[in-house]
Amino acid sequence: MVEGQITIEQYQTGNTKHKWDIKKLRSSHKKLVKHMYQKGKIDKGYANRTLYINLSKSEIREKKVTEDMKKLFTGGRGFGLKLLWDSIKPSTRWDSDENELIITTGPLCGITQYPGSGKSLCLTISPSTDIICDSNVGGFFGPYLKFCGFDALEIQGKAKKDVIIVIDGESGSVSIETAPEEEVNSHILAEQLTHMFSSEDSEKSRQKISIVSAGKGAENSYWGCMNFSFWDIRRKTPRLKQAGRGGLGTVLRDKNIKAIVAKVEKVDGILNNPADPETLAKVGTKIHREIRDLDRFQCNMRAVGTVHLVEIMDEYDLLPTENYRFGTFPKANKIHSPEFYKLFTKVIPDGCWHGCTMACAKTVDGFTIRTGPYKGQKVTVDGPEYETCGCGANMSLWDPLWILELNFYCDTYGIDTISTGTAIAFYMEMYEYGILNKERCGGIELCFGNAEAVMEFIHKIARGDKDEFIQTASKGIRRTKDWLISKGWGDTQLIEDAGMESKGLEYSEYVTKESLAMQGGYGLTLKGPQHDEAWLIFMDMVNNAIPTFADKAEALHYFPMWRTWFGLNGLCKLPWNDVEPANNAETDEPAKVPEHVQNYVELFYAVTGKKVDNSELILQSERCYNWQRAMNVWMGRGRRKDDWIPYRSMGPVTEMEYISRKERYDTQLIEKLGLTKKQVADMKVTEKMNVLYDYRQDQYQKLADAVYYRRGWTHNGVPTPQKMKKLGFTDKKMLDMLQNKINEDEKNNLNKWGGKYKKIEKTPSNDPQYWTKW
Amino acid sequence: MVDQKTVKILKFNANNCNGCKECEKACSQVHFKTNDGGEHSAIRILKKNNSYEMSVCDQRGLCLDMCPVGALQRKKNGVVWLDKNICIGCQACVGFCPINAMRKAKSRIEPFKCIGCGACVRACPKKALELVEVKISDIKQVVYHKQGA
Repeated sequence: MVEGQITIEQYQTGNTKHKWDIKKLRSSHKKLVKHMYQKGKIDKGYANRTLYINLSKSEIREKKVTEDMKKLFTGGRGFGLKLLWDSIKPSTRWDSDENELIITTGPLCGITQYPGSGKSLCLTISPSTDIICDSNVGGFFGPYLKFCGFDALEIQGKAKKDVIIVIDGESGSVSIETAPEEEVNSHILAEQLTHMFSSEDSEKSRQKISIVSAGKGAENSYWGCMNFSFWDIRRKTPRLKQAGRGGLGTVLRDKNIKAIVAKVEKVDGILNNPADPETLAKVGTKIHREIRDLDRFQCNMRAVGTVHLVEIMDEYDLLPTENYRFGTFPKANKIHSPEFYKLFTKVIPDGCWHGCTMACAKTVDGFTIRTGPYKGQKVTVDGPEYETCGCGANMSLWDPLWILELNFYCDTYGIDTISTGTAIAFYMEMYEYGILNKERCGGIELCFGNAEAVMEFIHKIARGDKDEFIQTASKGIRRTKDWLISKGWGDTQLIEDAGMESKGLEYSEYVTKESLAMQGGYGLTLKGPQHDEAWLIFMDMVNNAIPTFADKAEALHYFPMWRTWFGLNGLCKLPWNDVEPANNAETDEPAKVPEHVQNYVELFYAVTGKKVDNSELILQSERCYNWQRAMNVWMGRGRRKDDWIPYRSMGPVTEMEYISRKERYDTQLIEKLGLTKKQVADMKVTEKMNVLYDYRQDQYQKLADAVYYRRGWTHNGVPTPQKMKKLGFTDKKMLDMLQNKINEDEKNNLNKWGGKYKKIEKTPSNDPQYWTKW
Repeated sequence: MVDQKTVKILKFNANNCNGCKECEKACSQVHFKTNDGGEHSAIRILKKNNSYEMSVCDQRGLCLDMCPVGALQRKKNGVVWLDKNICIGCQACVGFCPINAMRKAKSRIEPFKCIGCGACVRACPKKALELVEVKISDIKQVVYHKQGA
């Protein structure tokens, strides 16, 4: 273990050192357009303008942020939604010229006093889902974008050749220039560009640069992520955080953007010009102390980051293994957090933005790469985080070093570990059943546990391999399901049920079979199955704190709204409930962590000067949440049919799964479905599975009924004009569109409950047009 | 490297202290050019029962590894030093100091701390304070990153 108190100059990673001719790389650039701008002052968290770039037209201009926009959309993801609404059409797809790639900040983004305050929210029309995808990411770019003078960056159109966009807050200029020579893969590109654009040859100067990039994998798959760099003055290398979900990196590369560079003149603690810096420091110090005193007894984030979850999920049968068939595995202890703790670098303050003492951004330094184009080199691997370990479990990879290898290449190739891992796990299961085989997989033996095959698959994607399987599989589970079915290689229902995607997006890494609320947490979402809207498994399954449909619906209203709020403000969710005050359990609603909610109320005031209470925070989110759902409806999605989830997330798809948890399922048939012990004993496994299948599908529809009702939507999940007006929206185009869609649903007889209710069971409302009375 | 070295830290003789707080005034003069003492002073004299206690940085350096921008460094004389031109005011060092010796005054976002200058020693009329030399390796403390409670 590295002893502490090593000076910044002394610290060494042991990584392979690169030397590039930066001057030569730079001299190959051709400046296409340059825009000079007035450097402004940020006023109480807002730069009050956004930056618009059209690559097709080589246009760069500034847009004003209006008071109305701040009032209705708050900032961050809210601004992104507003900008998209003003720019795209319902028919816009990920590769349409008018599709936009948006990076937003949020009024609290860039404060240094409270942990987790450097997040960017990125939005685009996703290649995976054909609707808006939003992804939350750390690194320095978001704060730097704002310090350069912009609340958001909006990029439309496509460049003809590879370009970089340079936002230079030092000189007050934005330029687009060709960049033909630099590497595409992120770990090298970010280093090259940081050296190229730093004003001086010093760590301090390099720390003022942040790079957004993707990689070769993003070009050749739908899983592209965007890497946001943050220069590490101790490791002397750019670290990377990922806007992972939904193919943002794929859109970046489709626009022929190699990278976006942000450079700031200076960084200090009050660049946001907060209304009340004293309160910021006071609330910040309070949470720093809480983390100091409590983290080691709670989540251990400072020691191992989110990896601490692996053993917890394993213990509660929630760690997805072998494509979510099981929730625990005998070999899982090989990837429990102590194994990664041995490998992580200790002592360094590992926040992905300044002042984050939760410090979950762990790294392994001097890691020797085993495969692919960088084989033999020593590198810094950012992570793994829990999700990436979960992917390892899902593919039955039980060696931390292979998980690191996967993590490294996914990052540098610019592909999302979650989508990649979940998809490969599905292909592996199909391989096990013979639906796929070596020949059909382009010569790869893609069976559970075959780490070399996993890496070969990823390298083939990065190389742009033309094999039919690689071409299809790299577009994700949904396209591969269609492909397998069209080939007639397997049972359609098995393929549909086992592939863990919803809305076209791959699931993140939790087994939800025994938590109905969490099935809703994944299915009844805006962008697809992602745990950032709600994580209710313990509340629901372990503590049984939300037993009724109405209780679950309340949780599926409050928590998605609350969690959305972080994205409106440029914040990270983790410091909200990954450390809790010592007396949290004694509060009325421990799951909400009331004291920390109050921290955010105070922070919002301290930065913006606007007095709010916690219900106002929820209202801010509710506006944006409903707006995004409404935009999904506008684009032809966002209805009940689109909230479909695969049965693997609800219950046992295969006999093996049923048998492996036989006691649990048999008991449920008796206790919940009212069968007698004798009946259950006499039934074949397949019969029992069918009964359970119908029951759980119906439970999910009833949950959707309750949730739509609670959120103020129609039976078919459409936000109503009445609801939107109540939230303060007057946009006629939006209100008329929603009314038309509701009328359309009415005509098609879709405004009715989805569950099958017995006489004694109550529907959420007896009024067939309940929503008109909000 | 610095481990073999020494640093001068403040030692307090409570029996001599009469609570006049001349030390605090001298300290705030060093840091903020005021005679306020109190929250503008890195050394604090606190009354406890019939006696006094001193609260001040003991140069253990636990904060050094906390700083995300390298504003905290051990100077050649062993003193833990905060460079306020580099500091970005995150308060991580303030929050993590186990003895609350990293101070924050209202007048600026960057914290401040004892720099071992001896102004307080010279100001004390009762000779209750002195600077004593200790080995850094004896007092050094490393920030917590261990797994488990």
